[in-house]
Amino acid sequence: MSVLIWLIPVALGMGGLGLLAFMWSMKSGQFDDLDGAAHRILMDDDKPIPPSDSQKD
Amino acid sequence: MAALDSSHLDTSSQVDPQAFVRIADGQSRLDLLVRGAVCAGCIARIESGLREDPRVENARLNLSTGRLALSWRGDPALASEYVSKLRSIGYPATPYEPESEADPQKEEERKLLRAMAVAGFAMANVMLLSISVWAGGMEMTETMQSLMHRISALIVLPAAAYAGQPFFRSAWTALRNGHVNMDVPISLAVFLACGLSIWETFIGHGHTYYDAAVMLLFFLLIGRFLDMRLRARAGEAARGLAAMQAATANRLRPDGRVEAIPARDVLAGDRLVLAAGDRVPVDAVVVEGQGALDGSLVTGETQPVEAGPGTEIFSGMLNLDAKLVLEATADRDNSLLAEITRLVEAGEQSRSRYVKLADRAAKLYVPVVHSLAALTLVGWLIIGGEARPAIINAIAVLIITCPCALGLAVPAVQVVASGRLYREGVLVKSGDAMERLAGIDTAVFDKTGTLTEGRPRLINRSDIADTDFETAARLARTSRHPLSRAVADAAGMGEVTGDAREVSGGGVEAVEAGVTIRFGSARWLGIETAEDAYTEAWLQIGDQEPVCFRFQDQLRADAKATIKALQERGCQVELLSGDRTGPVASIARELGLDTWQAELKPQDKIARLEALKAQGRSVAMIGDGINDAPALAAADVSISLASAAEISQAAADFVLQADKLDSAVIALDVSRGAKRRVLENFGLAVVYNMIAVPLAVFGFVTPLVAAIAMSGSSILVTLNALRLSR
Repeated sequence: MSVLIWLIPVALGMGGLGLLAFMWSMKSGQFDDLDGAAHRILMDDDKPIPPSDSQKD
Repeated sequence: MAALDSSHLDTSSQVDPQAFVRIADGQSRLDLLVRGAVCAGCIARIESGLREDPRVENARLNLSTGRLALSWRGDPALASEYVSKLRSIGYPATPYEPESEADPQKEEERKLLRAMAVAGFAMANVMLLSISVWAGGMEMTETMQSLMHRISALIVLPAAAYAGQPFFRSAWTALRNGHVNMDVPISLAVFLACGLSIWETFIGHGHTYYDAAVMLLFFLLIGRFLDMRLRARAGEAARGLAAMQAATANRLRPDGRVEAIPARDVLAGDRLVLAAGDRVPVDAVVVEGQGALDGSLVTGETQPVEAGPGTEIFSGMLNLDAKLVLEATADRDNSLLAEITRLVEAGEQSRSRYVKLADRAAKLYVPVVHSLAALTLVGWLIIGGEARPAIINAIAVLIITCPCALGLAVPAVQVVASGRLYREGVLVKSGDAMERLAGIDTAVFDKTGTLTEGRPRLINRSDIADTDFETAARLARTSRHPLSRAVADAAGMGEVTGDAREVSGGGVEAVEAGVTIRFGSARWLGIETAEDAYTEAWLQIGDQEPVCFRFQDQLRADAKATIKALQERGCQVELLSGDRTGPVASIARELGLDTWQAELKPQDKIARLEALKAQGRSVAMIGDGINDAPALAAADVSISLASAAEISQAAADFVLQADKLDSAVIALDVSRGAKRRVLENFGLAVVYNMIAVPLAVFGFVTPLVAAIAMSGSSILVTLNALRLSR
């Protein structure tokens, strides 16, 4: 049972880290644009601007 | 030929973005609401399109809200260049006033989210310890159990003190004012659960309820957060709508130059230039110029108002033909808008008397639960004769009946229902608006702009010879006047007269094959006309007999179906209009409405609504004009349209964003469905209590039973709410 002496603090510490990470991400505005983030990952930074829809046809 | 597309007729595109530029340390900033951005390509096109200009320092689009934050070095006047650049790549943008960073509602939302995260963290970790105690209760030594309880206390007490604040504060405020709200039993349950657990940890060595205390807070905070999120989202959408019709004014400076400023910056005495097609930004007096204004949004009257020097005109009127110079009126307290605002505020006060379903449930719930707990205490004292089990069981009753399910019952349903309404293009301002809408039995409509389209249509096309009609259309296509547009709409695409000249306050004039052709008002052409119910324009070719064009506001395509659908749902429908009797009577006849009134002032509309309410009816008001705003605020529940005046949208509970009237029927159906779900949820909570309370009263509740019962009922209620989304 003595294993609990450090197992419980580790569990608590990990939970606490998760909580801190959440607080930080909230504060740094990562939840402000949930839709945009999903699309931005697909963007290439080094390409020219894609032509607009009206210019394509 | 010049293409007549709708974009240059759209008044919102006329807003000068420069008025919204904020300047800070050499940098110009502008927030824009961008329409039509939906994908990664859109982000790339917009952001890199703007960054092509080396002066642009930052361009970032928020895809969820459609807001673009733009900043650049240099001249604020570049703003309009960027807006037209966005338009040219296919994303029309409107400037808007961003809410300040210190927005109290946003701060409140963050606080709730933080409290929820802390409660969630504490709940998960305490469960870890509690479950090991429950599972290993037989083998675990007393010392180990005590250690587990002490660690739990260490986690839960600070977490509950932090996460419980929203409830404690609200309960304290209520108690101090002599009320009881739902937060009182919640706070009591949390305090007693913590207190009992501390006592058991250090003195009694029995069951502890640490996990129950945080679990309770966690579930209730979810409910609170959903409720807050709903209001925040509605507020955001409402600000977006307001931005779409952001008003700017063109101020005439003493040196003769014209500058664009936001309408709210206009001071009394400022001279303003009002071009044809612009809306009057503030109440004013005409100083120079002569022309007609469309006041349908202000008074409900479709007949244009003639204005000349000295005429008082009101914010919201649309300038139809001539350029006017105005002087903003100093005496705002006596202006029409001030009067309307006063009436709106009075109406909103009377509405705040509505008691929400959740509060009504709380009123029933609180005394029942508290007397049950007291009875348990007394009963155990008499039968058992011992204080400790009596207190423990009484507290168990309070904990287990704590309104977890009740706290989630209403917000979960409202979030799902309003989410569904958003998808249908209906903006809901508050959760209790849906409750109020569900209970209506009378629907009162405004006419102009609500049941009708609010713009004239040609009605006597068959009386006009084809050649005359074609000639008129050639002239009409060159003009932005609503009557010209009505003729152009009726004629469709076609040729345009080359050298047409618009005479301000008169009409359009052109010379074709040596003959002067004029299309315009009777006054300008010097024609004597009989006063009748229609708006008219006349065509004169050379010296020939003038031809009359008659116009009338037309019913919306879905007006008839909407009224029929409302009647099928048990609503009595009435029509109250500020317009003259003739047009109102003909619309009422067309719709088959028996009860209608015309030529009503805003006060008269309120009086009629109050009379209906006095008969015990629940009244929904559907309107759009500035003159409807007080009635919208006075009704039990109100619906406005996307094209409505800003003050009406602000006063209304629902805004139909798609500008389609039949969305009102969808709103009614969803609201009624939501009310049913809420009542079902209350039923579930009652059933749950009927099982759990006897267990608690007779002392069979352990912390394990409490945990299962609480989470079980919360999940059940949430699942029931989710059924509404289909």
